[in-house]
Amino acid sequence: MATPTSKEILAGLLRQDPRAIGRAISAVENNSASAADILSALDQEAIERILVLGITGPPGAGKSTLTSTIIRALRKEKKRVGIIAVDPSSPISGGAILGDRIRMMDHALDTDVVVRSMATRGRLGGLCASAGAAVRIMAAAGCETIIIETVGVGQSEMDIIRLADITLMILAPGFGDDIQAMKAGLLEVADFLVVNKSDLPGADALCMDMEQVFRDKQEKDGIHRVLQTVASENQGIDHLLAAIKALASHLEASGIKAERRHKAMDAETMDWVMELLRPQFIQAMTDKPGRQDPRIRAKELIHEFSTIQHDE
Amino acid sequence: MAEQEQKNPYRVLIGKPGLDGHDRGAKFIARALRDEGFEVIYTGIRRTAAEIAATAIQEDVNAVGLSSLSGAHLRLFPEVISELRMRGGEDIPVLGGGVIPVEDIQELLEAGLSAIFTSGTPAKDIICSFTEACRKHADGDTDQ
Repeated sequence: MATPTSKEILAGLLRQDPRAIGRAISAVENNSASAADILSALDQEAIERILVLGITGPPGAGKSTLTSTIIRALRKEKKRVGIIAVDPSSPISGGAILGDRIRMMDHALDTDVVVRSMATRGRLGGLCASAGAAVRIMAAAGCETIIIETVGVGQSEMDIIRLADITLMILAPGFGDDIQAMKAGLLEVADFLVVNKSDLPGADALCMDMEQVFRDKQEKDGIHRVLQTVASENQGIDHLLAAIKALASHLEASGIKAERRHKAMDAETMDWVMELLRPQFIQAMTDKPGRQDPRIRAKELIHEFSTIQHDE
Repeated sequence: MAEQEQKNPYRVLIGKPGLDGHDRGAKFIARALRDEGFEVIYTGIRRTAAEIAATAIQEDVNAVGLSSLSGAHLRLFPEVISELRMRGGEDIPVLGGGVIPVEDIQELLEAGLSAIFTSGTPAKDIICSFTEACRKHADGDTDQ
């Protein structure tokens, strides 16, 4: 089959053709020639209208199962939904097993549920760039709510979550020390704390603990920030969605959403700057091996780079 | 690492069509492919041919691998191919493996399967076949 042109892909996106959506995302993920044409032609207004949810939390907390129940609830409201499911790449082989699909197969034949699995591909922040592009492609293809799901452990995951308008942190009773480790980072950026598997012992204690952490945010706008669910039993989902909607309209009205989007775009731009400069600096380092202190060497490389640019 | 940065990893889908729940083989192949640098989307057990095809299209994979140990391969494997075709994915190669009698292999290849593996096939050969199928698919796609 001949490769479709970026024009054909764009027409496909408007038709909400699954093949075109898949190909468009691959084009940006692989940094291929047509990526720029596709991205620059996307409908900006559609992108501004959508809601981007970030779902994060430790492995096994129930992120994918919760995502699947949220999809079901949104589909009842006839909303078209996009999901970007992120899993880590192996640092050794570069390969990955993308298994979040398993919990979402109920929606496999629903053409209004667009799922894309993405591996982190070991790039420094580079994923943030391709995930951001995937969000915009899905928006252009008519998705109204887009969910980014990722394991919340490392810095790169924190960066991805910044793409979201609203971030949900999923925990489950019995994770103890993991939660301690996360307190400093992700809990601060999370808008909601969802205690999933809340039928298990220890859920109430965990909720009380988290209420403390989220008290300040809660007092500011009066929206309940710590919620309990049993995703596998479809319990607590209505409450959760109501709270998300309340916060979404609050963020929209107060201009916080626009501000977050603005910051996310800056972060993505920075990602691209690094991504595009990297090959030139790798080349410069190979051409001129050095043994001095890495910080000094870096400054020299940048100095040389900017003089060359200036002379040109 | 430098090589990995230049070359984009191949994306493959490993699926188990039909009612059989024995997925050790599918998971073994998924892990082996991951260790060779593939991005492997795994669908889990008991999927319909339509679900597997729709997922393969959404995920824009370079190849689909099917595993069946229940004896229904003669019906299920070609069904995935026709479901792919219906969705505009006739270019995506389909490979199959599992408990497959020797006399069925030719029929499956004629039905459009790119390769068939049995319990005796060494993992190395399976990976080679996937690499070959993905390379061919990616090369046909001049945009990648």
